[in-house]
Amino acid sequence: MVVVTPTAPAVGSRRRHDRESGGLRRGSAVGLGLSLIWLSLIVLIPLAAVAVKSSDNGWSGFWTTLSSPEVAAALRLTIGEALVVTVVNVVMGTLIAWVLVRDDFPGKTIFELVIDVPFALPTIVAGLVLLSMYGPQSPVGLHLANTRVGIFVALLFVTVPFVVRSVEPVLIELDRDAEEAAASLGAGRLTVFRRIVLPNLLPAIAAGAALSFARAVSEYGSLVLLSGNLPFKTQVASVKILSLIESDNPGGAAAVATVLLVVAIVTLIAIDLLQRWAARRA
Amino acid sequence: MVRAEPPVTSRPTARQLRLVRRGGQGPGRLVMRYLVVAYVGVLVLVPVLLVGWHTFEHGLSPVWHALTDPDVEHAFEITGIASAISVVLNLVFGVGVSLLLVRSRFFGRRLLSLLIDLPLSVSPVVAGLALILVYGSNGWFGTTLEGWGFQVIYALPGIVLATMFVSLPLVVREVVPVLEEVGIEQEQAATTLGATGRQTFLRITLPSIKWAVAYGVVLALARALGEFGAVKVVTAGGVAGSTQTVTSLVEQRYGNFDQLTAYAASFVLAAIAVLCLVVITIIRPKERR
Repeated sequence: MVVVTPTAPAVGSRRRHDRESGGLRRGSAVGLGLSLIWLSLIVLIPLAAVAVKSSDNGWSGFWTTLSSPEVAAALRLTIGEALVVTVVNVVMGTLIAWVLVRDDFPGKTIFELVIDVPFALPTIVAGLVLLSMYGPQSPVGLHLANTRVGIFVALLFVTVPFVVRSVEPVLIELDRDAEEAAASLGAGRLTVFRRIVLPNLLPAIAAGAALSFARAVSEYGSLVLLSGNLPFKTQVASVKILSLIESDNPGGAAAVATVLLVVAIVTLIAIDLLQRWAARRA
Repeated sequence: MVRAEPPVTSRPTARQLRLVRRGGQGPGRLVMRYLVVAYVGVLVLVPVLLVGWHTFEHGLSPVWHALTDPDVEHAFEITGIASAISVVLNLVFGVGVSLLLVRSRFFGRRLLSLLIDLPLSVSPVVAGLALILVYGSNGWFGTTLEGWGFQVIYALPGIVLATMFVSLPLVVREVVPVLEEVGIEQEQAATTLGATGRQTFLRITLPSIKWAVAYGVVLALARALGEFGAVKVVTAGGVAGSTQTVTSLVEQRYGNFDQLTAYAASFVLAAIAVLCLVVITIIRPKERR
């Protein structure tokens, strides 16, 4: 699968018997130190700087920025759209995964490749792709530029693979015995799905949904051309952050960025917990 | 949708087993298949093909002309160099950290794993802002670095940092599960036979993870080449012919009504992305083994 579900599976939750080496040898300690320094320089310290910068004007400054009408509207729009997109993805993603695993048809490999395209495509190219389809020169007469529906479609585009790739491996590993037993006892296919298959898929679906939500909330490149950046109407949080940077307000930008950062961290923790839950059920 | 008729028997009939095994047959299965194919087709395939069509609308030579513009060529150069550096560095980091995470026990191992995953959920604009705050002229390290004559933001090192940030977890995430699967028996056997740590690493460990590493590298490369938001913030859109990456170029040219160049450059990027996907599809069964 192309899409990387973080910690697939969570470190330490699988195959305990084989691992090990107990404790930190000196070489490993040096390696750990170096890795930590590297990680800090590239990721941790910069992200910490965002949180620190957002407190530049103190708590009150922080809240003033967040509650300013434009920012509040941008955050509401971003999170709202992300939630709707995630719901659609949960349904369609599970369906797509089902068809990929349980069905076979000519061209399925190409189909699999197409599903991964939104993940590998540079976001600005995705933006251009969407603009050519839904912009002013749309061949199908759908003019979604500068609309919320346009944002919805753009987010749907970039989050296609997440639930699918999360559910697919679980579906592949699923033991069919229980399903066959249920069928032999007279259960209809929908019942079999609802009561046997779905409970096993739930952690994977949830993890995929969390990833899809995180991506939708943080998306920038595909929206910058299509959404039109109209305050209160189509301005999403990431675009707002950029305009705050450009108007020389790094403190304000950092405040909004901290909100997105918190969402990202919460999502990661949720995925980690979900994967532990899944590992325990396995 | 076809319902399995419920004759109450104790053994599944051959028909019922077929139904369950293949996820059913008949109209329900076909409906799902067509629905799913139509959804992905309309949402993803059609728009992507449309861009290809737009690019070559007026023939091959305008596209070639646009791509050989010195600014465009330079943008590809900058993007290529920055991506190559960041992929190599992430490769070293990725393999090293994977070994640590899987083969050692230390306090905070799970936390480290979580922290490594951070770049996956962080918005690229936030990443760019974070890097500016630390490495910019007024940044935490920026002031010192500029004192040494080393400019990071609005220059190539900044682009490298931005692409490293976003692709940091990718190699790790592919290598860790494979390392866990492989186990340490072979390494232990090598050690008992007298192999040094380095020999074991080079001749036992590395070959066992080579496909996972390749997979991660291709993913990281695709990510680095296509990074837009973080790079845009770090270079403020970039100076054409100097610090502008291909992705920034696409946005700038489109905004300047030079659609042809924007589409041409996008097409190249898209083609590279698809190529990476094809490579990954080929590697995937080898990785799973």
